[in-house]
Amino acid sequence: MKIYADNAATTKMSRAAIEAMLPYMSEIYGNPSSLHSDGQAAAEALSEARERIAKRLGCSAREIIFTSGGSEADNQAIITAAKMGEKKGKKHIVSTAFEHHAVLHALEALEKQGFEVTLLDIHDNGIVTADEVRAAIRPDTCLVTVMYANNEIGTVQPIAEIGAVCREAGVLFHTDAVQAAGHLEIDVVKENIDMLSLSAHKFHGPKGIGVLYAKKGIILQNLIYGGAQERGKRAGTENIPAIMGMAAAFDEACDKIEANSAKLCKLRDRLIEGLCSIPHSILNGDAEKRLPGNVNVCFEGIEGESLLLLLDDKGIAASSGSACTSGSLDPSHVLLALGRPHEVAHGSLRLSLCEENTEEEVEYIIEAVRDVVSLLRGMSPVWRDLESGKKEFILK
Amino acid sequence: MALYSEKVMDHFRNPRNVGVIENADGVGEVGNAKCGDIMKIYLKIENDVIVDVKFETFGCGSAIASSSMATEMIKGKPISEALQLTNKAVTEALDGLPAQKIHCSVLAEEAVKSAVKDYYDKNGIIYDCKLFHDCANCEHCHH
Repeated sequence: MKIYADNAATTKMSRAAIEAMLPYMSEIYGNPSSLHSDGQAAAEALSEARERIAKRLGCSAREIIFTSGGSEADNQAIITAAKMGEKKGKKHIVSTAFEHHAVLHALEALEKQGFEVTLLDIHDNGIVTADEVRAAIRPDTCLVTVMYANNEIGTVQPIAEIGAVCREAGVLFHTDAVQAAGHLEIDVVKENIDMLSLSAHKFHGPKGIGVLYAKKGIILQNLIYGGAQERGKRAGTENIPAIMGMAAAFDEACDKIEANSAKLCKLRDRLIEGLCSIPHSILNGDAEKRLPGNVNVCFEGIEGESLLLLLDDKGIAASSGSACTSGSLDPSHVLLALGRPHEVAHGSLRLSLCEENTEEEVEYIIEAVRDVVSLLRGMSPVWRDLESGKKEFILK
Repeated sequence: MALYSEKVMDHFRNPRNVGVIENADGVGEVGNAKCGDIMKIYLKIENDVIVDVKFETFGCGSAIASSSMATEMIKGKPISEALQLTNKAVTEALDGLPAQKIHCSVLAEEAVKSAVKDYYDKNGIIYDCKLFHDCANCEHCHH
């Protein structure tokens, strides 16, 4: 059996997305900046794709900038807010301890330039509260950036409430919605979101393309200088095929949010139940306020990488924490922020499902994980010490 | 997976000498769970020869493979030879390790040495402290 359960890392492109891209590689390949009809055909497609994406987010097309993906959008949003703040002498930013590194590392870079950053606690359920955001905002705060849903543990944040708090305080609010877009209903106006990042390959679109939504009135800071593309805010010939694929994938995903969510929540909950029945394991993140396809569990006494390799042998593609951090020896910053001790955080497993996964696959995964955990515990000196009572279990 | 050589994957999937030796003559445990790697090596020694060796490892694929390889390399060998085992030799025997995983082979070397040191200590055998990395506090050095 071959099971792909790493959809938070990336997804398979949908048929609709692939088909939407093809004509823009072979027939309508003009440069949208060109005056001739080939170019203008591409410009028309670009403008139509922008309209469609804007409509799905509840904003206007002029508020959409195409980027190379989520990381670029996050960087541009944060640097824009920082520059705007700096002009008014506001150099404080509020964020959370479990943001994606695209946000955390951008904030670290700003700290070196004299900005002060407050990272909110995520508690043991992986959720920040709007009250804590309100309490953290200072007169010199120029930005609040809180992710819509976490990439590792899938917890969904109270974005509309945080948006209301920021609007009331007159502070810009950015959300990294890379994991949420196409999976949860988003309305940037209703939720008082000033800037939002999304990435196409997380909802069955192509890689290397994303969106930064920036509310009218926000003067974006360029990261890339050059031509006048994207209203002069992001130079470089537009990746039309990818943009068309993203627009098609986003339409499809948004149309199916309700149906997919109903199906996925059922699979997710069964998977959580099955995995948490393994002794000395624990679900990471709130059980209910989480993405429909996200499961993240820690198993005491084993290490995540060996678990992943053995699951791969059994045909299961999974992840331990975030794929971006594999290669690093430190356990996930998200699990540490959640309060998991190092030795427990090392034994984490993330399974992220999509609507193509089946009940049968979920049962197979549960059995496979059970076997592999037991095999690895059997050769683990840590497990021996825990079982013999020499050390105390951390997870009951 | 291309992250590891076939040799590493073979030793990871089919680790040699996994287990425990009851009443072992020497036991060495190195690493800590916080860092994500613990290796424990058990030795059975007769006439200065390692007649049996077992290991237990908590860690990543390369940690398990390094322990497995190290036990194979010292099994049946005189202690003096086991003490010559270097992390480089373990890495080479595994057809290489990714740069960020070299520390796994270092742990394997240290685990073997730590088990031999335990054997020496248990039997009151005098040895040169320089053989062992972590002997800053051992009895012999305070003479």
